[in-house]
Amino acid sequence: MASREVDPRPESAAIGGVSSSSEESLKHRPLVLLVGNPNTGKTSLFNRLTGQNARIGNYPGVTVERRSGSSRLLGQADVEIVDLPGTYSLSARSAEEQIALWAVLGQGQHPKPDLCVFVADANQLGRNLYLALQLAELELPLVVALNMIDEVADNPPNPEEMERLLGVPCVAVSARRGTGISALLAAIERGVADKPKAHAEVVYPEPLQKDAAELVRSLPAELCSSPGRNRALALWALTSIDDDDELADIDPALRSATARLRRSSGRDLDQEIIAARYAFIDQRLPTLYRRLDRHPAKRKVSERVDRVLLHPVWGFFLFLLLMLVVFQTLFSWADPAISLIEDAFAALNGLITSTLPAGLFRDFVTQGLVSGVGNVLVFLPQILLLFFFIGLLEDSGYMARVAYLMDRVMKSLGLHGRAFVPMLSGFACAVPAILATRTMERQRDRLLTMLVIPLMTCSARLPVYTLIIGALFPPTAVFGILPVQGSLMVAMYLFATAITLLAAGVLGRTVVKGRRIPLILELPPYRLPSLRGTLRMMWERSAVFLKEAGTVILACTVALWVLLSFPRVEPSATLAPGAAVATAGARPKLAPSPIEQSYGGRLGHAIEPVLAPLGFDWKIGVGLIGAFAAREVFVATLGLVYGIGDPGDDDAPLRDKLRAETRADGKPAYRPLVGLSLMVFFAISCQCMSTLAVVKRETKGYKWPAFMFAYMTGLAYLLSLGVFQIGLALGF
Amino acid sequence: MLLSETQLGQVVQIARITGEGSFRRRLMELGLVPGTRVELLRVAPLGDPVELLVRGASLSIRKAEASSIEVESAAHSKARFADANPAKLEPDLGV
Repeated sequence: MASREVDPRPESAAIGGVSSSSEESLKHRPLVLLVGNPNTGKTSLFNRLTGQNARIGNYPGVTVERRSGSSRLLGQADVEIVDLPGTYSLSARSAEEQIALWAVLGQGQHPKPDLCVFVADANQLGRNLYLALQLAELELPLVVALNMIDEVADNPPNPEEMERLLGVPCVAVSARRGTGISALLAAIERGVADKPKAHAEVVYPEPLQKDAAELVRSLPAELCSSPGRNRALALWALTSIDDDDELADIDPALRSATARLRRSSGRDLDQEIIAARYAFIDQRLPTLYRRLDRHPAKRKVSERVDRVLLHPVWGFFLFLLLMLVVFQTLFSWADPAISLIEDAFAALNGLITSTLPAGLFRDFVTQGLVSGVGNVLVFLPQILLLFFFIGLLEDSGYMARVAYLMDRVMKSLGLHGRAFVPMLSGFACAVPAILATRTMERQRDRLLTMLVIPLMTCSARLPVYTLIIGALFPPTAVFGILPVQGSLMVAMYLFATAITLLAAGVLGRTVVKGRRIPLILELPPYRLPSLRGTLRMMWERSAVFLKEAGTVILACTVALWVLLSFPRVEPSATLAPGAAVATAGARPKLAPSPIEQSYGGRLGHAIEPVLAPLGFDWKIGVGLIGAFAAREVFVATLGLVYGIGDPGDDDAPLRDKLRAETRADGKPAYRPLVGLSLMVFFAISCQCMSTLAVVKRETKGYKWPAFMFAYMTGLAYLLSLGVFQIGLALGF
Repeated sequence: MLLSETQLGQVVQIARITGEGSFRRRLMELGLVPGTRVELLRVAPLGDPVELLVRGASLSIRKAEASSIEVESAAHSKARFADANPAKLEPDLGV
């Protein structure tokens, strides 16, 4: 008991995004939780209630996103509204699933809510009521929002019966249409004041009641409350705690008592508990609806659409077509916007260069700050576009169908169907793709998907491949038909995809093991997607990226600038990286380029012995250091090493340089074998600070980005080593 | 009979769910308790998973898991569940 009396919002500081001015008012603001099944329009309702002020934070201890916002009630008071992750049940097996119960009870670091709003899909009470019963058994202060009421116009559930069933106010709303919102706000206002206590009269078998009563005695003091809630908690323990659950902070006495009871009862406790609740629902459901349809109205239409969209032939064809559009959009239609941003920042740099006096400060501003901000913003077009599609696909109900269609393929990787869209997006760019793993519910699956996405051949590898293939491989054909250069490009894609699949298989069995959870996927009825909700999500995702990943990317850009520009060499300062000067054509071999004398250049020399077994010299080493900013920067950095500036779109001079480069013994330094080794290295290694920044943001720590960097770059080293050494042994 | 062996479109009734504890619990919490009527709606183009109609909702599970659900013919049952045939249900409910 006592633990719930402490400061009602101990986590408010940890959530972030709460401005200090609102900190004071937050303390007195009642807390309202939205609870409900997935696909009940809970988030649309949250958006309706909170308007434009949602904040995204994290639940304490887990990487599950916590969305909160404030809502002004009719009586002018503000309430804090939190959108809990959608769930079918309060029973939990993992720390993530446990959030639901802990949040509604105000246990652990969760603030105690003043009211819970149960959001139900009015089409689906037969199943939604299960969660409602769990909430009611806990005797929580509750208000019911019967959402999607517009879809059941010809057979609406009876709100009065619903109020009788759970003993709490019930309001019919349509979050999509915006109807019933003020009635709901009024009910919330009254609820926060009166705290209407829900109850449910589920009849459990006699022996089970005895078991529950016994288990209640082992409940830790801080969980103990009214007899009804105690029993509900005992039932929760029986359906949640077992030998291999991954729950957090479970009292050891409760854990052992639960295990003892499960063992000694010899009965099927899960089924007794769950079946009793469904028996209650089945008994009361006829009082809620005028008639009970086998297919709710909404489903009939969906069923007809699915006959086409999930058709073995047509459905698959349409699916591939749609995915092609999504992919093509990310891959090339985002280009004009990306070029626009790049050009704008080049112009800005030009402007600064012409106004500020030459020197350290100007270089810092142009090559550090401005380039850094540019490096962040350049991801926006792809992020916005991807989340535009994800929003439409999720909202319409098609995303679940994508998972359904592709599950067979993803299953073989130890993942499930929901990983498909993020993985596909990885072919364009890992940054939005990693952000897209948000659509996956299970943290373990998310993590595994995030770890392998950067192995997919993203578009930043293309300029590197183009340079290497163009410079070091002949434009001839093998067997008279297969063009060498084109085939190599295709081979690199196939190679990287194979490595991705292998890595997913290996990592899924070792590092991110986790139980394999069988697929249970709900295919919600098709609905017209909401443009508002989609735009809002695009904005929220972008804002989080800019704020949290953006700062890391900016810092890395500045750090790389320092590495490659210090100590400074005055005469040819214009040739420092990032400076958009194209001094095309051959320059006579002069003193070492400024970049060679920089720390980065020295580092390149220092790591040459490590790179030599792969066939790389120090110049490639410097290129690899520069490429950490983004893979395509390799081309520009190499250009600087050769003193020809940023080659821009035309890398012909650089290709000539590479071909002409000789070793001490006069033989060409870069043979096709070196090129192959280099491409393999680029295919696998983690040469992308932005990816690491995003992974850090999404996993809330440095552990996983560090692991990702180590495993990818380590693997790249070994594979390149293998390619080069075997190639040498074969006489290439 | 196992759910994975039923014909498309055949309405059957759940007799028993076997299999691993937490998955079994999840299925039951989604309403697949003994006595519930369920219909195999379709099989995904690549052969797996399958789509079920339970309590007015579409759920998709893999074939391997569908074979952990034992079903029986729904014809001679007196079940009164949400997804039962309304023609049969209505007189029963006195509507």
